[in-house]
Amino acid sequence: MRPTASRLLNILVPVKRTIDYAVKIRVNPDQKGVDLNVKHSMNPFDEIAVEEAVRLREKLKDAVKSIKVVTIGGTKSQETLRTALAMGADSGIHVSLADSDPTPEPLGVAKALRAVIEREKAKTPVDLVILGKQAIDDDSSQTGQMLAGLLNWPQATFASKLVVDAEKKEANVTREIDGGLEELKCRLPLVVTTDLRLNEPRYASLPNIMKAKKKPIEKITPADLGVDLAPRLETLKVAEPPKRVGGGKVENVDQLIEKLKEAGITAVKA
Amino acid sequence: MSFSSSLRSLTRQRVVPRLRSITGVQTIQRRHASFYNVDLAGLTEEQLEFRNAVTEFAQKEVAPRAADIDRSNNFPSDLWEKMGNMGLLGITVAPEYGGLQLGYFNHTLAMEELSRASGSVALSYGAHSNLCVNQIHRWGTKAQKEKYLPDLVSGKKVGSLAMSEPESGSDVVSMKLRADKVEGGYKLNGNKFWITNGPTASTLVVYAKTAPEKGSKGITAFIIEKTFPGFSTHQKLDKFGMRGSDTCELVFEDCFVPEENILGEVNKGAAVLMSGLDLERLVLSGGPLGLMQAAFDYAVEYVHDRKQFGQPVGTFQLMQAKVADMYTKMNASRSYVYGVARACDAGKVSRRDCAGAILYSTEKAIEVALEAQQCLGGNGYINDYPVGRILRDSRLYAVGAGTQEIRRMLIGREFNMDFKDRL
Repeated sequence: MRPTASRLLNILVPVKRTIDYAVKIRVNPDQKGVDLNVKHSMNPFDEIAVEEAVRLREKLKDAVKSIKVVTIGGTKSQETLRTALAMGADSGIHVSLADSDPTPEPLGVAKALRAVIEREKAKTPVDLVILGKQAIDDDSSQTGQMLAGLLNWPQATFASKLVVDAEKKEANVTREIDGGLEELKCRLPLVVTTDLRLNEPRYASLPNIMKAKKKPIEKITPADLGVDLAPRLETLKVAEPPKRVGGGKVENVDQLIEKLKEAGITAVKA
Repeated sequence: MSFSSSLRSLTRQRVVPRLRSITGVQTIQRRHASFYNVDLAGLTEEQLEFRNAVTEFAQKEVAPRAADIDRSNNFPSDLWEKMGNMGLLGITVAPEYGGLQLGYFNHTLAMEELSRASGSVALSYGAHSNLCVNQIHRWGTKAQKEKYLPDLVSGKKVGSLAMSEPESGSDVVSMKLRADKVEGGYKLNGNKFWITNGPTASTLVVYAKTAPEKGSKGITAFIIEKTFPGFSTHQKLDKFGMRGSDTCELVFEDCFVPEENILGEVNKGAAVLMSGLDLERLVLSGGPLGLMQAAFDYAVEYVHDRKQFGQPVGTFQLMQAKVADMYTKMNASRSYVYGVARACDAGKVSRRDCAGAILYSTEKAIEVALEAQQCLGGNGYINDYPVGRILRDSRLYAVGAGTQEIRRMLIGREFNMDFKDRL
C-alpha cells in the first residue's frame, strides 16, 4: 500500500565540520586554542547520522520524503554538506558564518536548528532529527538534548539501533547506557543522537560525488533565523593533558590497598 | 580516557595501522597523514575533491591489506567490485557504459593514490582500467563497447592487455602470436608473457600477427574472452615485487576468435597499440608518484621518531640531506607528470613527454625508495616495515610498460625526427 502524504517522513541531519579524527592535536603557543591548520572532515558521529538517514530511506523507500542536511559554519563547511549529499542526502542548508567567527556553542546551535525546523514547517515538516551524539572537538554531547528540550520533542540519545514505523509515526530506539542497553518506544517527531555502533558509514563513491554537485544547497544567515550565535563561554586556557608517568607493580592485595590508601582513595560507604 | 581518544581507538582504521611491537623495535605513530603538497599540485577544486574521495577509499580499503597482499602474492578478488562501486574502473569511460567521463589527469590521480596505498593493487588497477578498458573504449565498435565495458567498469569482470611475448619484449612488433583467417574469424596460436591480471582476466585485449610477412603492418588487435576454446594460462609468476598483482603467461592453442571481436581494423593493430602506449605511460606515471609519496611519508616520520645520541636522527645533517633529496625529487617528478597530464587533457598528447613522464618518475621513485629504506637503517631491512615492499614495487616500472632504455631511445628519436632534413 502506498503511504499517504501525511505519512511521509522528512528527516533533518545536522552535521559539523571538525578536525579530522586521525590528526594529532597540537595546542597553540598562546594556549588559547589548537592548531586549526590541519585536515578537517565531517564529525564521525554525524557521518553515522547521515548514514542512518540514508539507510532509513533504503529500508522504508518512498515513506521517506526528504533527507535534509544542515550545517553552521564558514565557507569550508559547504564541503561537509557536499559529502553528506554524496552519501545520499537530497539537499542542504548552509547557515553561513564569517570565517573568523567563533564556532557556535551547543545552545546556540540548538536554537538555530529550532529556527530551521520552524522554517521548514510549512513545506517539509521535520519528523525526525538525527544528530551525532557529540562533536569530537568539544565533546559536549549537549546539542541533541537541548534541541529536544527547546522543541519539547521526545529524545532518544546514544542510539545503537533505530527502527522507524512510518505508518504509526513511532520509533523503537535501543540506547547504550552504562548498565547495558535500553529500549525506548518514541512518538514522532523525535530527536535521536547516534552512538558509535549504530552503523558503519559508507564512503561517498565518485559517481555519487559528481551527482551531489547538482543537489541544491540553500545559504542563509543566523540573522535570517533570528538567532544570536555569540559565545557565552570564554576560553581561559587550553593545555595538553599531563604526560602519563609510569606505574608500579604490586606483589599482593595488601600492597594494593596500601597504595590506594596512600593515594587518598578510601572504600566507598555501602 | 576522553570520548575522542576512545573513538580513535574504536573507529575503523583509516591511517596506516601502527606497527606491532617486535622486541627491540620501536613503533611509530603517524602525526601527519601525508606530506603531499596540495598547493604545489595546483589541482582544481573538482580534482581535489576527486583525489580526496579516492584517498579515503584507498586508505580504508586497500592500505590495510597491502602488506598481506604482498606476502601472500594474491590479489583480493573482492577489491574489483569495491573499486567498481567506487567508480574507479571507468574514469575515462562514457556514462552510458557506467563511466565518469573524466580526463586522464583524474585517472592519473586515482592511480597515484591507489599506488600510495599498495603498488600491486595499483598496477593491476592500471592494467584493467587503462590498458584494457580504455583501449576498448577508444577503439571498440558500439556493439563491442556495450558487450564488454559495463562488466569491466562495474568490476564484475577483470580486464587485461597482452602484447609482450617470451621472445618479444622491447621489440614488441616482432611478436609471433599468429592469427590465421578461418571461417567466421581467426585461429590464434602462440604465447603472451608477463601479462598483468592474466590469471583472473575474463576480457583480454590481445595483439596478434594476422600477416606476419608484413611486420608492423600485419598486427591486429582482438578482444579475447577467457572462455574461448583454446585459451589457457600457465601458473602465476613469482615476482620480485608487485606481488599480488597477478601475472602469468597466456597460451593460445588453435584459439578461435569470431570476426566481430576484432578491435579496430585488420592489420591496423599497430596504430591501436602505439597510440595506447602514450596514454598508458602517462596514467602509469601515477604509480611511481604514489610509491614515492608512501616511502617519503613513512621515512620522514621515522627519522623524527627514532632517537640516537639523544636526538631524533632526522636532525643530523646527513639525514636532513636525505629528506631534502627525497622531497625535491618527488615534487619535481610530480610537477612533470601533472604538467603532461594537463596537456593530454587539453588534447596535446606528446609522445616524448608521456615517455619522459614515466621515465623520470620511475627513476626517481627507485632512488627515493632506496633512500627511504636507508633512512630506516636496520629496520629498513626487515619486512615488517613497508619500505622494502615499496622499493621492490618501484623496480617494476623500470621494465614494465616499457623499459627505461626504450623510453630514452624513443625521446631521442623524437628529437632526431625534428632534425630530419639534416640527417
